[in-house]
Amino acid sequence: MGDAEITTSQWRLVEVGRIVLFSYGPYSGRLAAIVEIIDHKRVLVDGPSDSPDQAVPRHSAPLANVSLTPLIIPKTPRAIGNGPLRTAWQKEEVEKKWAESNWAQSRERSKKRRALTDFERFKVMRMRKQARFEEKKALAKVKASA
Amino acid sequence: MGRLREYQVIGRHLPTDANPTPKLYRMRIFAPNDVVAKSRFWYFLAKLRKIKKANGEIVSLNKIAEKRPQKVKNFGIWIRYDSRSGTHNMYKEYREMSRCDAVEALYQDMAARHRARFRTIHILKVVEIEKTDDIKRPYIKQLLTKNLKFPLPHRVPKKSTKKIFAASRPATFF
Repeated sequence: MGDAEITTSQWRLVEVGRIVLFSYGPYSGRLAAIVEIIDHKRVLVDGPSDSPDQAVPRHSAPLANVSLTPLIIPKTPRAIGNGPLRTAWQKEEVEKKWAESNWAQSRERSKKRRALTDFERFKVMRMRKQARFEEKKALAKVKASA
Repeated sequence: MGRLREYQVIGRHLPTDANPTPKLYRMRIFAPNDVVAKSRFWYFLAKLRKIKKANGEIVSLNKIAEKRPQKVKNFGIWIRYDSRSGTHNMYKEYREMSRCDAVEALYQDMAARHRARFRTIHILKVVEIEKTDDIKRPYIKQLLTKNLKFPLPHRVPKKSTKKIFAASRPATFF
C-alpha cells in the first residue's frame, strides 16, 4: 500500500469573530460578525456598520440564513459588546475588505447586470467580444514569438 | 418575540367573615396572553389549595420582561409530564436568550421527543444556570467548550433548488 497524504480540507468555520453574509431574511445582503454560538443551528450576530441600511441589530440568527465569508476578526472574545465590536470592526476594515473581495464584486456586477435594459445587455456583449478579441491578439503574438 | 410571555399573577380567596384577610398566592406563569395566564393560575391554584375562580379573585397581573434579552444563557427547567402510561418528573437544559424562549423550546422539544401536548406538561421551575460546572446535560456541555468552532459541510444554497434543472452543478464547498 502506498502512503496516502491526508490534509484536512479548508472549510470555513462557524466561530466567534467570523463575518457572515445574510442571504435570506430581512437583513439579506448585509454583513455581521458572529458574537456567540448558541447551538448547532443558531448564532448570535451583530453587524455594527455605520450606515443604517447596512447595519444588523444584535440578534439570534439561524445559520441557514447566512453564508460564511472568508473574513474574520481575529481574537474576538466571546459575547463581545456592541461598542468594542464596532472598534474592532473598523480597525479590521471589514467593509473595505469585503468590498474588495471577488465575492462582493461579482454580487455587485450581477446586481447591476440584472437591472440592465435589452440594449444595454447588447452593449455589454459587444464590449466583452472586443475585450476577448484583444486578449486573443495578444496571446497569438506571444505564441508566435515563442 | 416568541409565542409565550412570562406573567406574574397574584390572587387570593375572596375575603369572608371568618377570614377577612386571606393569604395571597403568587405564580410566575408562561402563557401566550393575559387571559390564558389567569386561566392557568386558577388551574394550578385549584390543584394546590381549596380555591377556585368562583370564590377567588386576581389581585394583580404583570408581564415579566427579560432582564438581559441580548445575552445567551443556559436554562435548567424542571417539569412534571403526564405520559400515556404515567406521570414523570423531568429536568432538561436549554441554551436560549430568554426564559420565554427556553420554555417555548421545551414545549417543542417535548412535542418532538415524547409527542407531549401543552396540557400534559406542568412547568415547575425555570432557572438560569450561571456556572458552567453546574450544567448536567452533555448536549449543552458540548456547546460550552473553549474556542468552539465547526464547519457547515456541503450546503446546497436554497436558491439553487428553486428550479428543476440547472446548467451547472451547484457548488457546495464553502
